[in-house]
Amino acid sequence: MGEKVLLLVGTKKGAFILSSDTSRSSWSLRGPFCDTWPINHVVGDSASGAIYAAGGNEWFGPAVWKTTDFGESWTHSSEGLSYPPEEEPIKMVWSLAPAARGAGKTLYAGVQPAGLFRSDDGGASWHHLSGLRDHPSRPEWQPGGAGLILHGLVPHPEDEKQLWVAISAAGVFHTADGGETWEPRNRGTRADFNPEDQRYPEFGQCVHCLVTAPGMPDRLYQQNHCGMYRSDDGGRGWESIEAGLPSSFGFPAAVHPRDPDTLYLVPLNGDIAGRYMPEARAAVWRTRDGGRSWDALRRGLPQQNVFYGVLRQAMATDRLDPAGVYFGTGSGSLYASADEGESWTCVAEHLPTITSVETLVI
Amino acid sequence: MIEAAKPAAGHAVVLLPPALVNLFPGAERRVELAASRVDEVITALDARWPGMRDRLCDSRPSIRRHINVFVDGERANLDTAISAGAEVFIITAISGG
Repeated sequence: MGEKVLLLVGTKKGAFILSSDTSRSSWSLRGPFCDTWPINHVVGDSASGAIYAAGGNEWFGPAVWKTTDFGESWTHSSEGLSYPPEEEPIKMVWSLAPAARGAGKTLYAGVQPAGLFRSDDGGASWHHLSGLRDHPSRPEWQPGGAGLILHGLVPHPEDEKQLWVAISAAGVFHTADGGETWEPRNRGTRADFNPEDQRYPEFGQCVHCLVTAPGMPDRLYQQNHCGMYRSDDGGRGWESIEAGLPSSFGFPAAVHPRDPDTLYLVPLNGDIAGRYMPEARAAVWRTRDGGRSWDALRRGLPQQNVFYGVLRQAMATDRLDPAGVYFGTGSGSLYASADEGESWTCVAEHLPTITSVETLVI
Repeated sequence: MIEAAKPAAGHAVVLLPPALVNLFPGAERRVELAASRVDEVITALDARWPGMRDRLCDSRPSIRRHINVFVDGERANLDTAISAGAEVFIITAISGG
């Protein structure tokens, strides 16, 4: 049997799974899963084939859901997923990342209010990596528009002790000792919302999305509330790469599966301008040279009256060649490209607000 | 509609909401158990269906904001006393959806 491509979609009302053969020309959709809970992130672990969904329900609190049969049946757990009694309880789980060398058992979860948890038993139970919340900057972390959330998890692909996290609006933090100690890594990224003489603080930036580049573990890209950036030294220093983009504001970023210089973005028209597609025309923007130049990819995307946005975890690539690129909108439409972004088709619409898109090739 | 039939001697009857029961395969809407406080009801439910405490209570710990517990018709918290034969109604608040 040939490979199948799964699109793992989180929405405000459950998780969905779309599947296709590797031609990626026709998709079938199943869902909603997870009892229609609000789901912020759905990820697949290629080592085990398990799919995890992170979310939280106003009635029942935060949980991570899991399926080992590609969505036919699900379990959920939040065992250990809590702070001490004196702290504000966890509201939702926002992000998930299987560890690079976790043998299908280890994964990380980022939660709201911002904190980091780890599971070593495939999501059955969790333990708090409290070093992050012990960082002296924590009392000054400010919530972004979606709350004080840990939404970005980037495990180092080779060194299991290293991990980057992204917190809105505290910025990027890095650990080299498995989560015991952390340092902010925000130098060169702006905080335009601060007074003029405080726009490059050590922490407090509103990072929107953080990704790493294939084959270059120390190359990171981040879409920030205030600009688009690349780092080639593990986040110690960041360089603006927003020249040539229609806006410095946007949420998602997705890197090509093999080329560290190729990145996809969806700039929006601005944080106080409505946060929809610039000129109300849909486009994905692609760089092939690490952010030195950008091209708008529009073929197949609607070019008038487009007032949707794309949320921070709602764009992904697959690992096929040519790479597939996918994004889901706040208005519940899901677009796919099977040719590295050259052309697009709408593969689902009328879904709930799409919070995340990831891929799993099986 | 489930009925709060008279429970066995020394037991309270606990009625659970469908959205909760759906999360735990094999769970039942109507449970009879012995407990002297609401917190002991939650403990007994969690023993039968591991993880149920996390769905009903947060880490303060207290009953979740959008979960309501009534004991014999009165709004309750974790410390509310339960007498033998009491009816404990756990419901999802209309605000939670």
